[in-house]
Amino acid sequence: MDFNLTQEQTQLSDTLRRWIEKEYDFEARRAIIKSAEGVSADAWSGLAELGLMALPVPEAQDGFGASGSDMFAVMQELGKGLLVEPYLATVSGVQYLKQDAEKHAELLQQVAGGEARIACALGEAQSRYNRYDVAMTAKADGDGYILNGRKTVVVHGAQADHLIVSARTDGDPRDHSGISLFVMAADAKGITRSDYRTIDGMRAADINFADVRVQVASLIGAAGEAWPIIDVVSDYSCALICAEAVGIMQATYETTLEYLKTRRQFDQPIGAFQALQHRMVEMFIEVEQARSMAMLAAARIGSDDAEERRRTVSGAMIRVGQAANRVGEEAIQLHGGIGMTNEMQVAHYFKRLTMFGAVYGDVDHHINRFTHQPAFPQSA
Amino acid sequence: MNLDYNAEELDFRAEVRTFIEENLPSDIQAKVLAHKRLNRDDYKRWHQILHAKGWVAPAWPVETGGAGWNPVQRHIWEEEATRAGAPNVLSFGVNMIGPVLMAFGSDEQKSHYLPRILSCEDWWCQGYSEPGSGSDLASLKTAAKRVQEDDGEYYVVNGQKTWTTLGQHADMIFCLVRTDNSGRKQQGISFLLIDMNTPGITVRPIITLDEDHEVNEIFFDNVKVPVKNLVGQENMGWTYAKYLLSHERNNVAEVGRSKRELRYLKQLAMAYTSDGKPLLEDPLFARKVAILEAELMALEITNLRVVSADDGKSEPGPEVSMLKIVGTEVQQRLTELMVQAVGPYGLPFDAEFLEGETEHAVTGKDDAAPLTAAYLNFRKASIYGGSNEIQKNIMNKMILGL
Ligand SMILES: Cc1cc2nc3c(=O)[nH]c(=O)nc-3n(C[C@H](O)[C@H](O)[C@H](O)COP(=O)(O)OP(=O)(O)OC[C@H]3O[C@@H](n4cnc5c(N)ncnc54)[C@H](O)[C@@H]3O)c2cc1C
Repeated sequence: MDFNLTQEQTQLSDTLRRWIEKEYDFEARRAIIKSAEGVSADAWSGLAELGLMALPVPEAQDGFGASGSDMFAVMQELGKGLLVEPYLATVSGVQYLKQDAEKHAELLQQVAGGEARIACALGEAQSRYNRYDVAMTAKADGDGYILNGRKTVVVHGAQADHLIVSARTDGDPRDHSGISLFVMAADAKGITRSDYRTIDGMRAADINFADVRVQVASLIGAAGEAWPIIDVVSDYSCALICAEAVGIMQATYETTLEYLKTRRQFDQPIGAFQALQHRMVEMFIEVEQARSMAMLAAARIGSDDAEERRRTVSGAMIRVGQAANRVGEEAIQLHGGIGMTNEMQVAHYFKRLTMFGAVYGDVDHHINRFTHQPAFPQSA
Repeated sequence: MNLDYNAEELDFRAEVRTFIEENLPSDIQAKVLAHKRLNRDDYKRWHQILHAKGWVAPAWPVETGGAGWNPVQRHIWEEEATRAGAPNVLSFGVNMIGPVLMAFGSDEQKSHYLPRILSCEDWWCQGYSEPGSGSDLASLKTAAKRVQEDDGEYYVVNGQKTWTTLGQHADMIFCLVRTDNSGRKQQGISFLLIDMNTPGITVRPIITLDEDHEVNEIFFDNVKVPVKNLVGQENMGWTYAKYLLSHERNNVAEVGRSKRELRYLKQLAMAYTSDGKPLLEDPLFARKVAILEAELMALEITNLRVVSADDGKSEPGPEVSMLKIVGTEVQQRLTELMVQAVGPYGLPFDAEFLEGETEHAVTGKDDAAPLTAAYLNFRKASIYGGSNEIQKNIMNKMILGL
C-alpha cells in the first residue's frame, strides 16, 4: 500500500500550483468571472500546455490515459485555485466518449489537443439528482434521431462547443432502460442555450432542444442502453469533485488557521481561545476523513465491481459532502465579519463547498443510493 | 401553568392581524415572502404606515409616541407581522438609539430626535465595530478630541467604523468614540450622535459574499461634532452601549419569522420532487424538517417563558443569549434546508432577479432563485450582535460561573 502521490503526480501538482499562482490568482479569477464569457480561453490553452486536457484521454487518441489517482492530484490543485474553467465538464465528457472511443476518436483527439470543450446535458427540471429521470425524447428518423426537450442547470453548457445529451428512445420517464446518449455540436440547429452565473463563480445553462436532428453516428453506446454508462461516468465525476473539494477544504483550513494566529481580540490571538482551538481541531479531522474517502473513491472508480464502486463513491459523497458543509460554515464563523465579504478568498471557498452536492447529488441522495445497494445489510 | 393566550391577548392578536392584512403593501409583502432584497423606500414606507397608526415603536411609552405594549403584546405583534411577511422595522432607530436617548439623552436630544425616529425622517445606523474591534468592542480606537472654536465647542472625530448596516442610507450615526486613553479600556469611551452629512465622513460599500450591499465602512477625517451631540456624560459611553446591547437583543429569537420560513420550506419540499415524489415524502428529508420543527416549537416556548418573566423593570439576563444562539441556529438551518430542497436549482445566481430588475428568474424557478444567497447571507446571524461564541462566554460567566 502506498498513499503517496507518485513522483510524476507530485511534479504535475507542483507545476499546476505554480501556474495557478502566476496565472489564476484571486484578481485574475475575479476578472474571468466578470467577463462576458465567464471562462478564459487563455487559461484553457495554458492548462492544455501543461497536459491537463490530454491527461484523461486514452493513449490511442493522443492522450495520457490518466488513472483515478492522477486525476485526484490534478483536481485537488484546481480546487485550491478555485478554477472556474469547464474542466470537470470536459473531463466527464471524455469519460462518456471513452465508452465508445473508436467511434468518437476525432473529438477525443480534439479534447486532448485543447481544441474542444464539452458539457454534459443530463439533468432536467424534474430529475433532481436522478439521471434516469429523463423526459427528453429522441425519435428514430431515417438515418438519425430527432431530439426534443429541455436540459436544465447544465454546468458550462454555454461555454462548451460539444454537448453530451441523454434522451429517451424508449420507455417511460424514470425507466432505467430506454435512455440513449448522443454527442453533438453545441450550435446544432434547434438548440438554444440560456447562459447564467452560478453562485460559486461558474456558469450554467438551460438548453432547449427543438427538433434537433442528429446522425446515428452521434450515439454513444447502443440505443436505449445508456444507463450503465451514465451510472459509471457519474461516479467518475463524483470522485473528481470529491478530490476538488478536498483541495478546497485543505486551503480553507490553512487560511482559517492562519487567521486564528493573526487576528487579535482581547489582547491575544483569537487562536488562544480554547473554544476555537477545539473547533479548528474538528475542522482538521473533517478534512482528513474527507481526504481518506476521496482517495478511496479515486482508487475505485476504475473498478470492474460495479457494486463496490457505487458503495465507495456514494460513501465518499456522503462523507465529503458533510465535511464540505461543516468546514465551509465553520471557516466563515471563525473569521467573523470579515468572512462575510466577497473580497476574501475564504468566502469563495465557502461558496464552492456549499454547492458541492448540487450537481452530482447531495448527502441524502447518496445515503439513499448507499443503503439501496444489495449488499448493504452485510457490507462493512 | 397555562400555555395559552387569554381572551384579551386573543383580541389584541385579532386586531393587529386585521390591521396588517389591510395595510401591508402587497409589493413589499411579496418581496419579503419571496426572499428578495428590500430597498430604502420599502423600509421607509412600511415604517411610515406603522407610524401613522402609532405602532412603529411597540416598546416605547405612549407619551413618547410609542405603542406602549407589554412584552406579551410585543411578542404577538412580532409574530403576526412576520407571519404576514412584513419587513422588520429597522432596529437602529426604534430599538437602539431611541431607548438610549430616553434613558440618558438631554431634553433637547429627546425632543429633537425621538419624533424624527418615529417618522423615519432620520434613518439611523450603528457605529460600534471597527476593523480591530469586533468581539472586543471596548478596544475601539476612533478618537474624539474636544476643541474650542469661535462658534462653539466641538469633538473632532478621527478613525474608522465598519460593518455599518445600511449606512449608505443613513442620515445619522450613533458612534462609540474614545475620549480618554488613560484608564481601563471600558473607561474613556463616549457616545456621540453624528450627522452623516458632516464634512470629513466617507462611506464605502462592503460587498458581502452574496453580492449584496448591506454593510459599509465609514471613515472619519477631522469630523466636527458639536458637543451638544454627546449623549450623557463624557467617558460614560460604555454604560450606555451596554444598555443598548441589551435592547438589541429584543426579539432575537425571531420565532415568528422562523415559523413563516418553516412553512415556506415545507411548500418547497412539496413542490420539488425526487423520483417523481415530493421531497417531503423522502424520510431522510422529512426527518430533518421534523427535528428542526421540534427545535422551533421548543424555542417558541422558551422565548415565551423569557417574555412572560419580563416585568419591564429588570435588565434582560443571560437567557437572552440562549435565545440568540438557538434563534440564529434555527434561522440558519432553515435556509440550509431550503437550499437542499431545491437541489440543482440552488446553483444559479440571478442578481438581477434578486434586486427586482427582472420579473422572473432566468431559470423560471422564482421560488428557488434567492435561496442560496439567503443561506450565505444568514451566516451573519451567528456573527453580529455579539457572536454565538461570545454569547456562550456570557452564559458561562453569568449562569455556570465556571
Ligand atoms: C452583516 C453584518 C452586519 C453588521 N452590522 C453592524 C452594524 O450595523 N454596526 C456595528 O457596529 N457592527 C455591525 N456588525 C459587526 C459585528 O458586530 C461584528 O462582526 C461582531 O461583533 C464580531 O466581530 P468581528 O467580525 O471583528 O469578529 P472577531 O471578533 O474577530 O471574531 C472572530 C471569531 O473569533 C471568535 N471570538 C472572538 N473572541 C472570542 C472569545 N473571547 N472566545 C471565543 N471566541 C471568540 C468570534 O466568535 C468569531 O468566531 C455587523 C457584522 C456583520 C457580519
